[in-house]
Amino acid sequence: MTVTAITSPDDSRSIKRELTRSLRRRKLQAFVLVAPLLLFILFMFIYPIGGMLLRSVYSPDFARAMPATVAAIAEWPGSGTPPETVWAGVARDMLALQQRNEAGPVAAALNVEMSGARSLVLKTARNAGKLTAPYREAMVTLDPMWNDARIWQAIKRLSSPVTPRFYLAAVDMKVDEAGSIVSQPEDRQIYRSLFLRTLLISGVVTLCCLILGYPVAHLLANLPLRISNILMIFVLLPFWTSLLVRTTAWIVLLQKQGVVNSLLVWSHVLTDETRAELIFNRTGTILAMTHILLPFMILPLYSVMKTVSPVYMKAARSLGANQFVAFTKVYVPQTFAGVAAGCLLVFILAVGYYITPALVGGESGTLISNMIAYHIQKSLNWGLAAALGAILLTAILALYWTFNRLTKIDIIGLG
Amino acid sequence: MALPAYVDRWERIWHWVYLTFCALVFLFLFLLLPVLVVVPLSFNAEPYFSFTEGMLTLDPAAYSLRWYRDILQNGMADPTQLFSGWSWIGDAWANSQWIHAAKNSIVIAIGATILSTLLGTVAALGLSQSILPGRRLIMALLISPMIVPIIVTSTSLYFLFSEIGLANTYLGLIVAHAILGTPFVVITVTATLSGFDRSLIRAGQSLGASPLVVFQRVIMPLILPGILSGALFAFGTSFDEVVAVIFLADYDQRTIPRQMWSGLREQISPTILAVATILVAMSILLLTVVELLRRRSERLRGLTA
Repeated sequence: MTVTAITSPDDSRSIKRELTRSLRRRKLQAFVLVAPLLLFILFMFIYPIGGMLLRSVYSPDFARAMPATVAAIAEWPGSGTPPETVWAGVARDMLALQQRNEAGPVAAALNVEMSGARSLVLKTARNAGKLTAPYREAMVTLDPMWNDARIWQAIKRLSSPVTPRFYLAAVDMKVDEAGSIVSQPEDRQIYRSLFLRTLLISGVVTLCCLILGYPVAHLLANLPLRISNILMIFVLLPFWTSLLVRTTAWIVLLQKQGVVNSLLVWSHVLTDETRAELIFNRTGTILAMTHILLPFMILPLYSVMKTVSPVYMKAARSLGANQFVAFTKVYVPQTFAGVAAGCLLVFILAVGYYITPALVGGESGTLISNMIAYHIQKSLNWGLAAALGAILLTAILALYWTFNRLTKIDIIGLG
Repeated sequence: MALPAYVDRWERIWHWVYLTFCALVFLFLFLLLPVLVVVPLSFNAEPYFSFTEGMLTLDPAAYSLRWYRDILQNGMADPTQLFSGWSWIGDAWANSQWIHAAKNSIVIAIGATILSTLLGTVAALGLSQSILPGRRLIMALLISPMIVPIIVTSTSLYFLFSEIGLANTYLGLIVAHAILGTPFVVITVTATLSGFDRSLIRAGQSLGASPLVVFQRVIMPLILPGILSGALFAFGTSFDEVVAVIFLADYDQRTIPRQMWSGLREQISPTILAVATILVAMSILLLTVVELLRRRSERLRGLTA
């Protein structure tokens, strides 16, 4: 066997080529390994979320139901009442809807834009067979509301499939009859205060978790490993217990005939008549959520506190600081990363919470997630649900981005 | 945690206040008590959610297993025949609501665990190689199901599944739960691989092993604890998940958490406490297994002596 030295530039170039090729092969190999899961997540997760986002701005149902109207109304500039072609279009579409028995959704969609439009549409659809040209006179005779320019503007707004109206509705605003964007009247504003309440409850829960979790994490981090490992089980057991079980436990504890109330009656703090309302309201939501999210505060705090060396505290004491000053000025700043991680994590989880508020929240303790579920399951206003979901998603992604910038901690305490 | 000799009286008092506070948080107020209260109440002979006089005086007559029997009986064609002869077993297996839910939970959780463990482990093998282009972006995408609020995930899947015919099917639920479980597998396996000595692979290759043999004989035994704890996380996630089930499942695919959910919303009976107790026992078991796996993994990776 002979050993050949690489001397000519030709050889070195071919080695470089070999290296590049092998690197490319390894890159491809790594990518092929990742590809199945990546495709799975892209198609089954990212794609449907994209679909939901699309649903929040794109709503072709009205235009699909009223094709003749939509075609005709595009010509109309939007002031006064439209020309006869549009009236004829409406009459033709109404007849078709009546024959397919599909006037309901159109009436409902129009009613959101202008109250009273539901009965107008249903009535017109019922009598569509009797309408004859000129349609303008026929329809106004049927119901003078057709003479109102605002109904035509509402139809024109709905005829465009791309719409900002779900987002406007999600922040309690609407396009008024004159076409400008205004706030909903006070008594119909729901979502702004709901968003505020979600933020407020999440904030309170985060604060409670911090107050309860900080001393506990401190204790865990400073005890000998043998004891802290045992105490850690107390933190991890609720973490591993089913969410439903923990929520059930709180209902059992806090309801009117529950353990806490019975205890208070037994110890004569309360009487049977004055049992306290501890659950199915905001208090219940805050208590139960604090309990459920507490491990998410303790774990990151603990992992940061583990790394804080005790020598700094000793140094501070030897320089004359008392325990309190040394703790606040020296120890606490060293745990800020953990505080930030824990607070953001708990806050992010709390903002998107659904199960617990739905079970123990009653009227005053429900959050934005519950409203999304309501619009999907009950009111069937999917566009609005999608818009609310998109706002929630954006807020959480922004928070998570901050979280990632602030910390590099293994938040879940895995492996 | 002993106090140093130099502390003064106020600091000593403060120290005890702090310890008491921690003990309260640990035991009585927050972490454990709410879960543990459920256990004795599930043996209540009365249909109440409060301790009866008899329970407090430890009267045996105040305790019973009736709610545990009810788990089996609820939905049975002939509940009176429970424990007499053998025919009740078939009846309970076929008709009991909770057994039906348990079967669904197990089938869906196992399906989701297998799917997410397979996909997640293979992906983690690729992700652990630093040459992978766009690694951070890919990682962010793969982890995203953990961050996106469950209500957004569920509603999005609801729309998609209604279109492609996966709504109200077992496959749909398995896919949904696999999506939620994969981030855990990816995270645990990547974490295990981060402490993995890559020269072991080269050693294997240089001794003539094919890539498959290297994977089987060298990589697999070392990352197995990571895979198993990831799989357990995925299983636990699926077993505990209820929001996706609410949106994507019909009565036939009802799981245990879904059954508890409707129990809590409609007619709340102590049977739920009996089920909760069984679930607490299961989670203790699961926690023990994960902890043992974690210790084994650390030992194998040489992180602790």
